[in-house]
Amino acid sequence: MSGGLTSLSFPKNAQAALANPPLLKAIAHIEETLVSGRRRAVDALPEFEALRDAGRDIKAHTLKHLDLYLEAFEKKVVEAGGFVHWAADAAEASRIILDICQSAGARRVTKGKSMITEEVGLNAFLQENGITPVETDLGEYIIQLRGETPSHIIAPAVHVNKEQVAADFRRAHADLDPARNLDEPTSLLAEARGVLRERFLAADVGITGANFLVAETGSAVIVTNEGNGDLTQILPKTHIVLASIEKVVPTLEDVATIMRLLARSATGQEMGVYTTFSTGPRRAGDPDGPEAFHVVLLDNGRSAMLGSEFEDMLRCIRCGACINHCPVYRSIGGHAYGSVYPGPMGSVLTPSLQGLEKSAHLANASTLCGRCESVCPMRIPLPKMLRHWREKEFERHLTPKTARFGLAAWRFLAVRPRLYGLVTRLGAWGLMRLARRNGALRQAPLAGGWTRWRDLPAPEGGTFRTEWAKRGRT
Amino acid sequence: MTTPKPRVGLFVTCLVDFFRPTVGFSAVKLLEDAGCEVSVPAAQTCCGQPAYNSGDRAGARSLAEQVIALFEDFDHVVIPSGSCAGMITTHYPSLFSGEPNWRLRAERLAAKTHELTSFLVDVLHISPLPVTWEGTATYHDSCSGLRELGIKEQPRQLLSAVDGLAVKEMRDPEACCGFGGAFCVKYDEISNAIVERKVADVRATGADLLLSGDLGCLLNIAGKLKREGSRVEVRHVAEVLAGMTSGPSIGEARK
Repeated sequence: MSGGLTSLSFPKNAQAALANPPLLKAIAHIEETLVSGRRRAVDALPEFEALRDAGRDIKAHTLKHLDLYLEAFEKKVVEAGGFVHWAADAAEASRIILDICQSAGARRVTKGKSMITEEVGLNAFLQENGITPVETDLGEYIIQLRGETPSHIIAPAVHVNKEQVAADFRRAHADLDPARNLDEPTSLLAEARGVLRERFLAADVGITGANFLVAETGSAVIVTNEGNGDLTQILPKTHIVLASIEKVVPTLEDVATIMRLLARSATGQEMGVYTTFSTGPRRAGDPDGPEAFHVVLLDNGRSAMLGSEFEDMLRCIRCGACINHCPVYRSIGGHAYGSVYPGPMGSVLTPSLQGLEKSAHLANASTLCGRCESVCPMRIPLPKMLRHWREKEFERHLTPKTARFGLAAWRFLAVRPRLYGLVTRLGAWGLMRLARRNGALRQAPLAGGWTRWRDLPAPEGGTFRTEWAKRGRT
Repeated sequence: MTTPKPRVGLFVTCLVDFFRPTVGFSAVKLLEDAGCEVSVPAAQTCCGQPAYNSGDRAGARSLAEQVIALFEDFDHVVIPSGSCAGMITTHYPSLFSGEPNWRLRAERLAAKTHELTSFLVDVLHISPLPVTWEGTATYHDSCSGLRELGIKEQPRQLLSAVDGLAVKEMRDPEACCGFGGAFCVKYDEISNAIVERKVADVRATGADLLLSGDLGCLLNIAGKLKREGSRVEVRHVAEVLAGMTSGPSIGEARK
């Protein structure tokens, strides 16, 4: 995996994020861009809820017959003159891609935006083996220059502001005029475009992910806004698609249905600007296209999710809506999660991919507010699955001792109503006295995490049940 | 001949029992005014949600058994909390998979359990007796009530009948307040960042009263407003609907 996983230091990461004003300012923009955009797009489409049902059903059906559709996909790719490689895990996928690059004599590869290559840590692996990967999505290009990982699955550089980008460009593009003006986003964009154009032309291999794999045609589909994906897959002699197995859908019709959900949920666009279907290598008479077409199908823990309580997660189409609407993500950004995939979808997926022991905190770092599920185009029950991970932590005694003790003590009391009545009566009376006439406490025993940030409203005095009994009621 | 009064078991919730008995009495008044015969089983404690959300299914289950046994003989179970009502209606049955008898009992209880404002509007179809509150309120939609039970219009409909009360909506009334049960102390800095945004949204409305249907959210928001020195009053919606507003609001000093 790239960048090192730091999920175990989530609380520290979160603290650092909360003490980083430029970061907080950058992620605050998600509200007026992605969230408002989705709202407008959804409001404008009366059948959106019905489409969500249809999308969910397509994916659920496909997952029930995944072996069938993957084999059908493979057959079609081969018929079109391409190659399919099966990778059980990240290491195998990286090795396969390196082999293809080396067989092609490649020194430079361009990359379309792809979270799956982040998942397998492809860039670092290629670099270690003497091949230079160049990210061509603007956001990915920026974070590659910064030596960072994406902090969001569709807006990888959402944590960066334009002043930081200008500084990065001046550092990385040292051959350009130091006196040039980089104050405006348009000038940054023009500079990146100029630099990347040369890289596109120099690339030996282009690597993309896929939003969909189509079983009926053997096509890999990418949805982008910058057109960089197209230049990545058309210009070099070799095109490699790296995609996880759950990306397959049965038909082109299914792609059309889910496409109507994808961009609306992600950015509020009706469609991404470029939607490109790649089917096999260039045929005789084609004006362009690669000479060799490879698809690497990655499992990396996913087949183990089939038939488990986490199967529904495999419906995810990576739109990022759950992330954009998550109050926790919106407070700390994506890097604090310390995982490849941040936010609610990441907190459900990460323990499946890298083990629960390495991702403690993630399932707990949620208020379970449910907004993620309410916006998920695939109706994935994310809170339910976060709770499943909490159950597994509890079963395996990974839940911190203090929390376990607190739960045991609470249960002990709560199943003994008389004792519970006595303890709560004393507690309520004690806190009320402690607060005197103030009505709220600035500090209270055992409530440090609460009173550090807010007052603790004092109990009114007697508990309801004692007051009720006093009135002779049952 | 009159039809017998519906027998309602009131589950006050552990937070109301401990922090804010006024909410319980307000619920009783609203239910009795609506013609219900209200009982409060004395052995009630907690619905088991803290255990359930912490992954402790066995703990949640033992509390669920207790709640089912205590409340299953009533015609209706009413709870002044969307979160606890959601626990019973949405989650109890799943705690008893593979045990048909318990599961049936859980499902039967789930089917007759209602959050208070939803019970008044959706089941009884009544308007409470006229009450007055002079001022402007804003309403926070608590997450479980909103997204598990679909409670959105019910409290607003009831509030629209309160004399003198105007409701001014927040920019994002459906945003989580950051309470999240154990979350608010376990990840207290993040919880604080979330409630800061909620409180800013409350204050931006200019309302002098913040209402909601869940005491967890209310304690959190009231605590933050207090700490910031705000004078916005915080009350459970039942208090205003029942006209039981003579005492101090949540976190307010006693006179």
